Amino acid sequence: MTPDLFRILPEVILTLSGVLVMLADAALEPRADRRPLGWLAALGVTVALGASLWQGSLPAGTAFYGSVQTDAFSTFFHVLICGIVLAAILLSIDALPEGQHHRGEYFALMVFGAVGMCLLTSAVELLVVFIALEISSISTYVLAGYRKDTEKGPESAMKYFLLGSFATAFLLYGIAMIFGATGTTQIPEIATLLPAARSHTLVLLAFALMMVGVLFKVSAAPFHVWTPDVYEGAPTPVVALMSTAPKVAAFALLVRLLYGAFPLLHALWMPLLWIVAILSMTVGNLAALRQQNAKRMLAYSSIAHAGYLLAALAGSGTEPIAAIAFYTAAYAAMNVGIFGLMSLVAGTSERRSTIADYRGVLAESPLAGGLMLLFLISLIGIPFTGGFFAKFYSFSTAMQGGATWLALIGLLNSGIAAAYYLRFAMAVAQPKNGKTAPVGRWGVATVVAIFAAGGATLVLGIAPGWVLHAASTAAQSFASITGF
Amino acid sequence: MDGMILSLILVVPLAGMVAILLLPDRGKLPAWIALLDSLLTFVCTLHLPAHFHNQQAGFQFEENLPWLSRPAIHFHVGVDGLSLWLVVLVGLLAPVGVVASWRAVQKNSKVFYAMYLLQQTAMVGVFVSLDLMLYYGFWELSLIPIAVLTAMFGRNLGDGAAGKAALRFFLYTFLASAPLLVALLWLYAHTGSFDYATLQAAVASGTLPGWQLGWVSVAFLIAFAVKVPVLGLHGWLPDLFSEAPVAIAMIAAGKLGLYSLIRFHVELFPALAHRAAPWMIALAAIGILYGAMLALVQKEFWKLLAYATIGSLSFCTLGIYGFTAAGMSGAVLQTVNEGVIGAALFLMFGVLYESARTSRMADFGGLARQTPRLATLFTIAGLALIGLPLLNGFVGEFLVLSGTFVGVSRSWAAIAALGVILSAAYMLGAIQKIFLADGGDQQNGQAGRVARDLTGMETVTVAVLAVLMLAIGVQPTVWTEAMESALQTVTHSMHAQGATPVRMESGTVIASSMGGRQ
Repeated sequence: MTPDLFRILPEVILTLSGVLVMLADAALEPRADRRPLGWLAALGVTVALGASLWQGSLPAGTAFYGSVQTDAFSTFFHVLICGIVLAAILLSIDALPEGQHHRGEYFALMVFGAVGMCLLTSAVELLVVFIALEISSISTYVLAGYRKDTEKGPESAMKYFLLGSFATAFLLYGIAMIFGATGTTQIPEIATLLPAARSHTLVLLAFALMMVGVLFKVSAAPFHVWTPDVYEGAPTPVVALMSTAPKVAAFALLVRLLYGAFPLLHALWMPLLWIVAILSMTVGNLAALRQQNAKRMLAYSSIAHAGYLLAALAGSGTEPIAAIAFYTAAYAAMNVGIFGLMSLVAGTSERRSTIADYRGVLAESPLAGGLMLLFLISLIGIPFTGGFFAKFYSFSTAMQGGATWLALIGLLNSGIAAAYYLRFAMAVAQPKNGKTAPVGRWGVATVVAIFAAGGATLVLGIAPGWVLHAASTAAQSFASITGF
Repeated sequence: MDGMILSLILVVPLAGMVAILLLPDRGKLPAWIALLDSLLTFVCTLHLPAHFHNQQAGFQFEENLPWLSRPAIHFHVGVDGLSLWLVVLVGLLAPVGVVASWRAVQKNSKVFYAMYLLQQTAMVGVFVSLDLMLYYGFWELSLIPIAVLTAMFGRNLGDGAAGKAALRFFLYTFLASAPLLVALLWLYAHTGSFDYATLQAAVASGTLPGWQLGWVSVAFLIAFAVKVPVLGLHGWLPDLFSEAPVAIAMIAAGKLGLYSLIRFHVELFPALAHRAAPWMIALAAIGILYGAMLALVQKEFWKLLAYATIGSLSFCTLGIYGFTAAGMSGAVLQTVNEGVIGAALFLMFGVLYESARTSRMADFGGLARQTPRLATLFTIAGLALIGLPLLNGFVGEFLVLSGTFVGVSRSWAAIAALGVILSAAYMLGAIQKIFLADGGDQQNGQAGRVARDLTGMETVTVAVLAVLMLAIGVQPTVWTEAMESALQTVTHSMHAQGATPVRMESGTVIASSMGGRQ
């Protein structure tokens, strides 16, 4: 019998280290260097990552009266989220402006965000889901507005907060209704009680409301409008975090809801998500084509990526879950990498914002420029990078489910996407014209984070075998427990 | 040795790339590493013809290692008579490209040569892959260095023309390969394999659903036709030739697409390719004429070379889709020829452009006295391009024309032959304007005075290419022997599936494609 505490060990470790960072921040001199706090937070997340891996060796099971469940599925996402948060913390250590206030809180918030996201991937009780989502969201709302002296910073945070709370409210409303219909908030019980639900309309309404909430979190069209504004105003290392980790967690939740709670409605949600997938890719890509601001462009491109991810749901069996798990990993690696480099190249005060500002990076610093090219190539989906296999698995899963058209639309979309990624890549490759700020300095933490992301992108493209194995183990363990 | 020579050819340029990236960017160090590395690659590729068994059908030097279990992707490589000389050609042109960039690339040479060597691996990979997913990987990878290097080292960086040319090239080829990936996934979903031989057998067995298979073959055809490029899909080529650095432009067009057309369209879907053949023949014959006529009116030599290239690539397409043995081997030989001649011309135009900073032919004139070596070698390459007997261009064009004339259609052959005559007109015209005409244009006649002759290294390189042109022209059988056994198996299997030589007259394109086989 595994003690209940073991099932939430990573979350406990993360919470403790977050508190520790805050206490240490209070104990330090006001003028002291806050960088060690970043290293402390990084250490805590690393330990949590180790704990998540160790959790994977435990037999699968639930804890706290069936509200938390750990298995290969939750382990996969725990490790991924801890990895992303670790990279984001490392990126922030060098990238945050000197002498800024609240640096200690900044690192603590990142760690607290990780608590929520991790819990979200293992929660099987909708109220715990809601609490986890709030923990992660509130941390990211605050982080988005960290640069409050800038014009866009507070706007970014405010928009994210208002729209985000609205979306969480939708989710909560959905939870209330499903409780009304079935009398339970346990995800596995919902699936069994659904056929005997009191009112079919209530179930549909609940399902629709919950979907709105989750699709907002993964920024799928038509619930995507917040994304570009928020990314534009937030500090780049925070964008590296919030364009990946909360989405990874939200996708895990989406899978849990679709396959864990509502497998019976498969015939209903499948065509709906088809439409959302096509809409997300097309809207995201077409809007990204016209952007001049690099962060806004990548924001729209992340909407398109949500579409590619959702396309996998057209497959059958456990394949879609494995494809989604793999895609989130590859997507996280390349997005953390590109935002990390943008943060490095633009320097602490973020002097580069438009795509044209990135001209001449390759000539000035072959290492930074070359890595930027690598991540952009991966985002395009060129073979031998993680982005290719991610798309490959997603679309081949869709294809095996008979959705040839979806795959075709998706791949044509990735052709459109190539245009704007390439515009960025060409700017990086072209020689400088005029005056742009010099490329920022490489700190140890940045090197570790960016090289880890680059290494992951290449490994996922050249030897994806073991990550794919982990993803399909996660999918199978999920399927065997939920029994769909 | 035979068991891993292809891996070696793939790895040596990558090792060179890593060496360049790790060593400092000092002086000519990256260029020297690239030169030595590409010479080493060339020596490795020479192992192939030396140990190739001409009479043996099927693939040789095969390596087959599992790469991923699900989906089943293998590192499966091998060469046959079709790809043998193309691999050697890549090996040969690698050092030529380094020599051509020797003076032109001064800044950021580390990035240039690292990307350049990556391109070598990608191209060899395309020619030797026998697993379609592996092939697709190398195919896409080969786009990156071309696009990046054009954007970074192109000619008109200031006004952004180079960046636009790079973008256009990439988008043309990348968009066209999106349906190709869907087609590959479809084939995988129905056969569970990406292996070339397995897929070939599955297509031949006729168990795959018919109309969808038709679309699959169309997706393959379009992806390759853009890359060749076939007439109508050639929009990227003139810009790229005007803007890209010489070493990149000389490898961007032609061989990858033509090889893929033969291997993955004609050989993989013989019956379906046969139905597309009348269209392709018509496009090819018109392309020959179109290329020649546009080349005739060009004032800049990059554009002249671009349209001349479209013409000679159309010749190859004509040979492929006639489904005759002669035409097919002519097409393969002509692909090699085009590579050799194009490389020589590109290198020499590059020297002219780099010293005179103009590509207007009228700005030159009377260079024969001032740059004798350049003039002599240029004339030889020019004559080879227009198909003078005893030079290599003649053999390829003759095989294609005779195959077309006897096996396919006299009127299309006549149109193609007209293109040959026109090619003589524009090439001799170019030689006249640049090297013979008196003093050049009065206003802008300065270009002629600053033009320099070939350096020693450049002379040796182009002389080697010129000797090769002569050698192929005088002794074509040495080179076609290896191809023929491969092509015979191809044509036999094609004929067995009903893909006999396409007999048609020019007016019957539409009628015959509507009615299927004749």
